[in-house]
Amino acid sequence: MSKKVLVLAEAREGALRNVSYEAIAAGKQISNGGEVVSVLLGDTVQGLTAELGKYGADRVITVEHPHLKQYTSDGYGQALLAVIEQENPQAIVFGHTALGKDISPKIASKLQIGLVSDVTAIEGEGDAAVYIRPIYSGKAFEKVKVKDGIEFVTIRPNNIAPLAKDDSKSADVSALSVDITNLRTIIKEVVRKSSEGVDLSEAKVVIAGGRGVKSEEGFAPLKELADVLGGAVGASRGACDADYCDYSLQIGQTGKVVTPDLYIAAGISGAIQHLAGMSNSKIIVAINKDPEANIFKVADYGIVGDLFEVIPLLTEEFKQLKVNA
Amino acid sequence: MNIYVLVKRTFDTEEKIVVSGGKIQEDGAEFIINPYDEYAIEEAIQVRDAQGGEVTVLTLGGEDAEKQLRTALAMGADKAVLINIEDDVEELDQFTAAQIISEYLKDKNPDLILAGNVAIDGGSGQVGPRVAELLGINYVTTITNLEIDGTTVSIKRDVEGDTEVLETSLPLLVTAQQGLNEPRYPSLPGIMKAKKKPLEEVELDDLDIDEDDVEAKTETLEIYLPPKKEAGKVLEGELADQVKELVQLLHSEAKVV
Repeated sequence: MSKKVLVLAEAREGALRNVSYEAIAAGKQISNGGEVVSVLLGDTVQGLTAELGKYGADRVITVEHPHLKQYTSDGYGQALLAVIEQENPQAIVFGHTALGKDISPKIASKLQIGLVSDVTAIEGEGDAAVYIRPIYSGKAFEKVKVKDGIEFVTIRPNNIAPLAKDDSKSADVSALSVDITNLRTIIKEVVRKSSEGVDLSEAKVVIAGGRGVKSEEGFAPLKELADVLGGAVGASRGACDADYCDYSLQIGQTGKVVTPDLYIAAGISGAIQHLAGMSNSKIIVAINKDPEANIFKVADYGIVGDLFEVIPLLTEEFKQLKVNA
Repeated sequence: MNIYVLVKRTFDTEEKIVVSGGKIQEDGAEFIINPYDEYAIEEAIQVRDAQGGEVTVLTLGGEDAEKQLRTALAMGADKAVLINIEDDVEELDQFTAAQIISEYLKDKNPDLILAGNVAIDGGSGQVGPRVAELLGINYVTTITNLEIDGTTVSIKRDVEGDTEVLETSLPLLVTAQQGLNEPRYPSLPGIMKAKKKPLEEVELDDLDIDEDDVEAKTETLEIYLPPKKEAGKVLEGELADQVKELVQLLHSEAKVV
């Protein structure tokens, strides 16, 4: 049976996040030839709808309201429930982002349905869809199916490939007017700390430092390399506990779980808790003075050496590569 | 203040996962309080110490979870509740857990409920917000700072590395993110006292819940380990040459840059 699938598009600082397109691709697979309807919420979002069509959305529904400028669970909850009521979808896909993680349980609870969180792959189509998700922070995986009711999943950024962009395609756009009231949370301020808008969980390249980075200043060369590669900086628990960096950078079983294309571990020994947070990265590079370090066991490529020598050389070499490209 | 903390017994983070017969092997494994729940317990104790009131830790599980509840009592919680579902619930998902927990809490009038933002085993992060929604109270996830003044609550939360500063009010459910506090270790006197603190055990019958009404909406078909990663190539030679070689490999062989 084909399904109507509602997928959430997310914008950040006026641009659509990649996970919006990944959600469309996931939606297509679940829909099995049905319809994929992308939902976009915000105060002014009309300018962003065209891209969603090019990436495969059949229709786009926008809800614009001053109260949707910033995310609150009440505001987004009311808007999304109104869209769900109007559309009556058989499946729903959100990104497993900060926003998706926060809002999806509320919607699932309201609708009294199941929710499969943090899906990294989908097998089969339509009614036969089975969702694969990491458990124990990636030390194991489970295959889950939804027994009955709406199939509601959140997908981990960077794991399900978007469909190829097709500039000739466009989606029908319609606006839904929703009265957003009684917000119980007031956002006072957002303090931006993440590096140049590249979010750790969505970054294609992650440069992570451990105890070997030795100090807060020691992260500077890592940051420089990350900037050259358009990536984000992360850290091991050891580095966070030692106060070299903020806990928001921590990767591991407690902390963020990341799956970038390239993970460079600098001065990280590779404790089992850290490996849980990064071992599903596509390519892992380890740089460590200790040839016996555990991290080499999961690394695709390793350099035994001092990160403060290796990282600047790497940065230079990548700069050269970019110049020649 | 009437404070509840939702805690979960989980595998120790040190544990290797062994799968046999499609299930995670638990024999001989060490269990702990989910690390994120420890932040929630610590915060609850600090709020109570500042504002007065009572901290009740609550878990859903079997007899085995008593150990983790006693640990929470030893940290300083006042009371514990075990909703024992061992005999009644065969398959549990986040829907089931949230329905049962909220059924227990609905007549307890909590001012503040705390939980970890995610459990390190299942990793869904759903149960806290689901419970809040079922109780009709507001929730804020991944908090790194909490200040309560009367019924006004000021919160900082971690949003993908950025910090969101917000204001809301009680009653409220919050989920703890790393950095919220430094959870204390139970002291020896704490451990002695914990033995005498009340630990209530309830079953679904006591809550007037019919298993069919909380039947899981999702089903795990299979659990498996990721393919074992082969150790890769450790480069050799002069450092500068190694770096050159690495960049070439990443560019031409792995094609990630």
